[in-house]
Amino acid sequence: MKLTMYQKIWDSHLVVEAEGQAPLIYVDRHLMHEVTSPQAFEGLRMAHRKVRNPHSILATMDHCVPTKDRHLPIADPIARKQVEVMAENCKENGLNLYDLKNPNNGVIHVVVPEHGFVHPGMVVVCGDSHTATHGAFGALAFGIGTSEVEHVMATQCLPQKKSKTMLVKINGHLPKFSTAKDIALAIIGKIGTAGGTGYVIEYAGDAIKDLTMEGRMTLCNMAIEAGARAGLIAPDQKTYDYLKGKEFAPKGAAWDQALAYWQSLPSDEGAQFDAVVELQAADIAPQVSWGTSPEQVIGVNGVVPAPESFDNEGKRKACESALAYMGLEPNTKITDIPIDFVFIGSCTNGRIEDFREAAQVAKGTKVANGITAIAVPGSYHVKQQAEQEGLDKIFIEAGWQWRDPGCSMCLAMNGDELSKGQRCASTSNRNFEGRQGKGGRTHLVSPAMAAAAAAAGHFVDIRTLN
Amino acid sequence: MEPYKTHTSIAALMNRSNVDTDQIIPKQFLKKVERSGFGVHLFHDWRYNDDGSDNSEFELNKPAFKGAKILVVGDNFGCGSSREHAPWAIADYGFNTIISTSYADIFYNNCFKNGILPIRVNDQQLAALMAEISAKEGVQFTVDLANQSVTTPGGNGFNFDIDPFRKGNLLSGLDDIGLTLKHVDKIGAYEEKHKKTFPWLWAN
Repeated sequence: MKLTMYQKIWDSHLVVEAEGQAPLIYVDRHLMHEVTSPQAFEGLRMAHRKVRNPHSILATMDHCVPTKDRHLPIADPIARKQVEVMAENCKENGLNLYDLKNPNNGVIHVVVPEHGFVHPGMVVVCGDSHTATHGAFGALAFGIGTSEVEHVMATQCLPQKKSKTMLVKINGHLPKFSTAKDIALAIIGKIGTAGGTGYVIEYAGDAIKDLTMEGRMTLCNMAIEAGARAGLIAPDQKTYDYLKGKEFAPKGAAWDQALAYWQSLPSDEGAQFDAVVELQAADIAPQVSWGTSPEQVIGVNGVVPAPESFDNEGKRKACESALAYMGLEPNTKITDIPIDFVFIGSCTNGRIEDFREAAQVAKGTKVANGITAIAVPGSYHVKQQAEQEGLDKIFIEAGWQWRDPGCSMCLAMNGDELSKGQRCASTSNRNFEGRQGKGGRTHLVSPAMAAAAAAAGHFVDIRTLN
Repeated sequence: MEPYKTHTSIAALMNRSNVDTDQIIPKQFLKKVERSGFGVHLFHDWRYNDDGSDNSEFELNKPAFKGAKILVVGDNFGCGSSREHAPWAIADYGFNTIISTSYADIFYNNCFKNGILPIRVNDQQLAALMAEISAKEGVQFTVDLANQSVTTPGGNGFNFDIDPFRKGNLLSGLDDIGLTLKHVDKIGAYEEKHKKTFPWLWAN
């Protein structure tokens, strides 16, 4: 029988399938941060249970941490307590924690790949929806709730319902200036934020093979925004080259053994998927979201749609309320939308290549009058690498703020946030109402598009820049 | 977890689609290290005015919906972030039942861990239930999980599907982890096999 990659990973991780119960799946890697774990540790303690496999866990602090003045204690006492509780919990249970003083600290989904902690064929969970990121390595990686975090700590397993499979094929090669972020947004624009619900998406096609590992992480990261349980990309030479030599990657003879296994993982030729979606890479322009859901997105050369352009009542209503919240008129050219703020960072676009792409556009420019632009590296290693390449200087000379790593304005719970009515070009993943601050308006874009908008004061079709 | 019992309660209506977990519980309330006390922050940005007073325009602030245990909402409820603070807030506010056409995956799973029954209906059923509530705000529905039925005074009752495993856990209020740990021998045996098949995973 011809198997999909998802089926292969599922089969190799099935622990028990008991009558009348959901199948139990084994978890190889458990990633953790300070926001979704404290109540899980509390639950373990109350039930006198122990962490079954402490070595399967890697923890960081990223969501509520400041991205400036890190030498000072965290000003917000509740955030400070959350970080302290995380440190105590990790110490008590013997877990590997990259705390704020650790040179490996950063956003969990940026840090984990940097150290080769996730490999192809693994099952990976985290109390965070963007765990989907690690599907870039051909690992089945998905977000879970806090009760499930406790469940995995106690049992190393999760009761799981098997997902359906969807093949998303991006045919041909991406045009210049379009990126993995634009593929992600274009897919969500096509299938909707519930289009992938109940599915694990496997991304394939020439445009996917062309992507770097970092691009693949950006794409899989946003599988959740399409509603999917996880995103997957078949491992290939790029995957192996990326992993080789990293701290947690297999070494010596173990590497050869692992590699042989990894090479067996890609979906068999002719394997059946429950659904297939195809897009032509050549049609994918740089994307800009205009509404309050990632599916409300359009090419930068487009206009803000009118509610009546939608053929269903729900979408019409959603468009109306999104336009009211976003303060936009139908038929406004995307490139005529002025902005107040620019954010480059997050687990979607906070890696070194993202800052390289943005710096290339920012070089020699100045942030437009009245605009605040912040660059927040995804980790200390990204920050250090960028500084070695002189990217920090490019941003600073252009008038940007160069920060310390963290989730920052992706979810704005650390104090980095928009004020009411402010409009932001953001490389993050969600443009929900209030996501970047109550009343704040978010437009999702790629790093290069964000940098161009910072200089112009409004969105710019980067394809028209010299 | 409290066992889920048959009940007759007010059904509150929120005719909105794609309600995300950032709306259900905004991020400024995620810094707590406890599980309780999130109900007062449920739908915070919609529910309160800037000065902290109740926003009378917001659906759940209608006096007719006070004390509701059933929440009827539009498609794709609970999308976005995995935060379990969302179902904690919903349960703490007093809801134990949600009725919609569809839910985001992680949110749906999280509901069952917190004694909340998320019921799926089709578009026509949802429209009929919404119309019944709109016509008579404060109307009470009866939810019987054992028989997988909802009955309404307006005759819009229906039977719903639910995974038998999850249904059993809700009805008994059983601890999921305890159930998994019944298989601890099998987990141990799997790990021994896993160590032989994937030794590099255990090297670090």
